Amino acid sequence: MKVSIEINGTTVSEEVEDRTLLVHFVREQAGLTATNIGCDTTSCGACTVLLDGESVKSCTVLAAQADGHSVTTLEGLHGEDGDLHPVQRAFREEHGLQCGFCTPGMIMASVSLLDHNPKPTRQEVRAGLEGNLCRCTGYHNIVNAVMNASGQEVQR
Amino acid sequence: MSIVGTRVVRIEDQQLITQGGTYVEDLRVEALTGAVHAMFVRSPIAHARIASIDTSAALEAPGVVAVYTAADIDLAPHKAGPVVEPWLADGVVRYVGEPVALVLTEERYQLADAAELVDIDYDPLDVVASIDSALSDETVLFEDQGTNVLQTTGGEFDDKSFDDCEVVVTQTILNQRVAPAPLEVRGAACAWGEDGRLTLWLSTQNAQISRSTVAKGLGVESKDVRVITPDVGGGFGAKIGSDPEAVVLGWASKRSGRPVRWVETRSENLVSMTHGRAQQNRVTIGGRRDGTVLAFRLEVVQDAGAYPRTMFLPTLTELMGTGVYHFPKVETSSRAVVTNTTPIAAYRGAGRPEATAAIERAMDLFAAEIGMDPAEVRRVNFIRPEEFPYSSPTGATYDTGEYAKALDKVLEAGGYADLRAEQARRREAGDPVALGLGIAAYVEITGGDSGGESGRLLINPDGSVTAYTGSSPHGQGLDTTLTMLLSDQLGVPMDKITIRHGDTDEVPKAIGTFGSRSLQLGGSALRQAADQVIEQARALAADRLEASPDDIELSEGAFQVRGAPTSGSVTWAQLAEQAELTADVWFGDGAPTFPFGAHLAVVEVDTLTGKVELKRIIACDDAGPIVNPLAFQGQRHGGLGQGAAQALLEVMNYDADGNPTTATLADYSFITATELPDFELVDSETPTTRNLLGVKGIGEAATIGSTPAVHNAVVDALSHLGVRHLDMPTTPLRVWQALTDARKAN
Repeated sequence: MKVSIEINGTTVSEEVEDRTLLVHFVREQAGLTATNIGCDTTSCGACTVLLDGESVKSCTVLAAQADGHSVTTLEGLHGEDGDLHPVQRAFREEHGLQCGFCTPGMIMASVSLLDHNPKPTRQEVRAGLEGNLCRCTGYHNIVNAVMNASGQEVQR
Repeated sequence: MSIVGTRVVRIEDQQLITQGGTYVEDLRVEALTGAVHAMFVRSPIAHARIASIDTSAALEAPGVVAVYTAADIDLAPHKAGPVVEPWLADGVVRYVGEPVALVLTEERYQLADAAELVDIDYDPLDVVASIDSALSDETVLFEDQGTNVLQTTGGEFDDKSFDDCEVVVTQTILNQRVAPAPLEVRGAACAWGEDGRLTLWLSTQNAQISRSTVAKGLGVESKDVRVITPDVGGGFGAKIGSDPEAVVLGWASKRSGRPVRWVETRSENLVSMTHGRAQQNRVTIGGRRDGTVLAFRLEVVQDAGAYPRTMFLPTLTELMGTGVYHFPKVETSSRAVVTNTTPIAAYRGAGRPEATAAIERAMDLFAAEIGMDPAEVRRVNFIRPEEFPYSSPTGATYDTGEYAKALDKVLEAGGYADLRAEQARRREAGDPVALGLGIAAYVEITGGDSGGESGRLLINPDGSVTAYTGSSPHGQGLDTTLTMLLSDQLGVPMDKITIRHGDTDEVPKAIGTFGSRSLQLGGSALRQAADQVIEQARALAADRLEASPDDIELSEGAFQVRGAPTSGSVTWAQLAEQAELTADVWFGDGAPTFPFGAHLAVVEVDTLTGKVELKRIIACDDAGPIVNPLAFQGQRHGGLGQGAAQALLEVMNYDADGNPTTATLADYSFITATELPDFELVDSETPTTRNLLGVKGIGEAATIGSTPAVHNAVVDALSHLGVRHLDMPTTPLRVWQALTDARKAN
C-alpha cells in the first residue's frame, strides 16, 4: 500500500507492506535513523516520536495509521540554523545521556511531557518518563535535564 | 588554569542529541550495498537431541537467499572452557536461545516468515536448570567430561578454623542471574572486499579482541579481518569481544557472496546474549562479641550456563572475597558448573559485585548475631590506612584506601544517627511502614587484567592533534575525558583535538574497554605518548630558539625559553611543519588499582504488602583524582541505578524445564525512573601510585557498592520482625513471603 507521511516538514510517500511499522518507515523509507528500536514489546520507549504533536512509541503504530499525519523525530527538533531545542540543550548541559541509544526517544518523550506540564516536579518528571528505559544514567541527570529545560532548579 | 577537574560537557553529545548516533543498524555505507538480512533460528527448548532439520520449506519462502545449519559449516570447532561449543548447534541443543540455523533473506520483513518455516524436530533430554541440579550430576551436559563441575579451586578447609570464635554464622547467599541487556541489542554487518579481507562492523567493547577471535574462527590471518566499532549503545561487559554469531555471519557472507546485516530482537537478546552474576555463595563468618571477625570462609558456586565461556568470574570473586577487611583467617573455594541455561559472562563488575554482596551480607549477619550496629562492626575490622599497600590473604595487593573515612562520610551525609532514631520510633509505634538502613563498604579491582593499552599521538601540520586510543568507549564519555587531559598537557584547545578509536586498521594493537580500565591504562598510554611528543618538540624548539632543550618549556601551547619569554616562542604548528611529531606507545606497566567506597541505602518497606521503596542512596566512591566530574558522576549514577536494580527487581528466571520466563522487557524488570530516588553523592579522591595519572576506574564501582547496600537495607527493615536473610531480588512477593514465614516461626 502507498503511505504518505509528513516527517519533520517533508512529505515522504512510499509503497510499503501493510504490516510496516511506523518506526521502520521512519528509519528505512525516510532514512532518518535517530529513532531507535530497543525492544519488541513497546516497553523501552527508544522509538518515541511525536505523531501530530503527541508522543507515541513508533514500534506500536503501523505506518498506515500515520498515513496523512505528521511525525516529528529527533532530527526535526532543532532549528534549521542548528539552534538546539531547549530539551536537546538541557540533555547536553545536564549529562542526560551516556551511550545515547535511548536519547532520541527520551528527548521526544520529554518534549511531550513539558508540552502537557511545563513546570513539572521531579516526581512528575519521573512518572512522565516511566515508559522510557535508560540503562546508563540511573535517570538522575535525565530528570535534571527536564527540570533544566523547564527553567527549574536541578540537583547536581 | 587547568581544565582537568572541571565540569566539561561532552563533545560526544552534539551528534547524539541532533541526529542520533550511528549504531550498527544505522550504517548506510557503500560496502553494505545489496546486503542480505540475517536471522538466527534458535532453540525453543533447553536440552534435546536434534532428530532432524528440514529447511526445504524455508528455502522456498519469498526472498530467501540461504538457510545454513551445522552441516554446512566447514570451520574448525571452537572451545568454551574445556568443551566444544559448536558455531550452530550440532546434534544437541543445550539452552533455550542456542543458535541452530541461520536464515538470509533479501528483505528484513522476510526474515521471521522464513525462520518460522525451518522445521526442526527435537527429542527432549533431561534438563539441568539449576546449580543444585548441576551439582547432583544426575544428568551430565557433556558426557566426555563425566561431570557438570568443569572448574574447581581451593576447598581444603581447616576443620578448626572457627574454633576460637565466640559466634559463628553461616548463610547461603544467592547472587541471582541477571541480563546485561544494553539498550542497543547485539548487531553486526560484514562484507568481504575484493582484496580478500573481511570488514566487520560490530557492536563491541573491543574491536581488536573481536578481530583476533573472528579471524581465528574463520581460519584466516588477523590482518585479513578489519573490525570497526561504530557507536555502541551500551555494553556493560556483555559486549566484550565477539560472540560466536559474528564468526557465523562472516562465514555466511563469504559462502553467500553477499554483505550481511544482522540485528537481534530484544527477546532474542534476553536469551542469547550472555547473562551475568549467577552465583550461589556460602559464607561462614566467626568472631568475638566485641565485633572482631576472626575467620571467614567463602564457598563460591558459579553457574556458567550451557557453555563455560568465562571462567574467571568465580576466581575473581574469591580474589576480592575479603573486601575492605583484615581478617586473621580466610578460606575460599570455587566451583563452576554447566547448566541448560544461557552462558554466563561478564556483567558490570564481573566477579566483584558477587564478592562484595557476599562479604557485606556476612558482616550484617555477624553484626545482627552479636547485636552490634553494622557500621561499628565494619569499623572494627577495616584495613587501616597505614596497612597499605595491603596484601590480602586471597592474593590481591590493594594500593591505597581510606575505608573508614568513606563510611564516616556517607553516614554523616545521610544523617545515620537520626535515621536509626527514626527507625526505633517507628518500631516502637508499630508503624506498618518499616524503615531500613543498609550499609556496604567496598573495594574493587580495576584494570585487573594488567594487560596495558595502546596510545598513539600525532601533531598535524596545522597544530591540531589526532590521538588514537586502544580504549573503546560506549557511553562513558572517554572522548571528552581524554581530550581534556591532552588539552591540558599539550596546551592545545579541545576543539583542535580528535580522539580516534575502534577501527583495527587505525589502531591495530589494543585491548579495549572493560573492567573500568580505560582511563587508567588508555589515558596513561596517551599521557606517555604526549610526553614523548613534547620531548621531540622541545628538541626542535631548542634548535630554533638557540637554547638548550632543558631550558625549553611548553606554556599555553607554545614553546619558549624558560624565564625569557621575550626571546620568542614557537608553536605546535610551526614545529609540526618542520618535522613529524608523533609517538606510538604501549603503556604496559599499569598494575591493577583498587577503588573503594561506602554506600548507605534507606528503604521503606510496607510490611502489609511487601512493597519496597528505595528512598535514598548516599554514595562515596573514591577512584582517585577526577578528570571530568560530569562524566565521573554520570558513571556513578548509572552504577547506582543498575546496582540497586539487582537488589530490588532484576532477575533472569527459568522454570524447572529450563524455559526462560523473563524473556521480554515486559517480564524482565528493568528499573524505571519512578523506582529510583535522586542520588546523593559524596566526593573523595585518594590517588594511586600505579599509573601516570594517579587514577582508578569508576565504571563499575557504584554498581558494586549499591547492590549490597540496598539488599542490606531491605533485610534491616524486616529484622525486628524476625527476618534474618532473604535473597535478591527483594520483590514484594519475596518480602511478603519472608514476613509470613517469620510470623509463622514466631
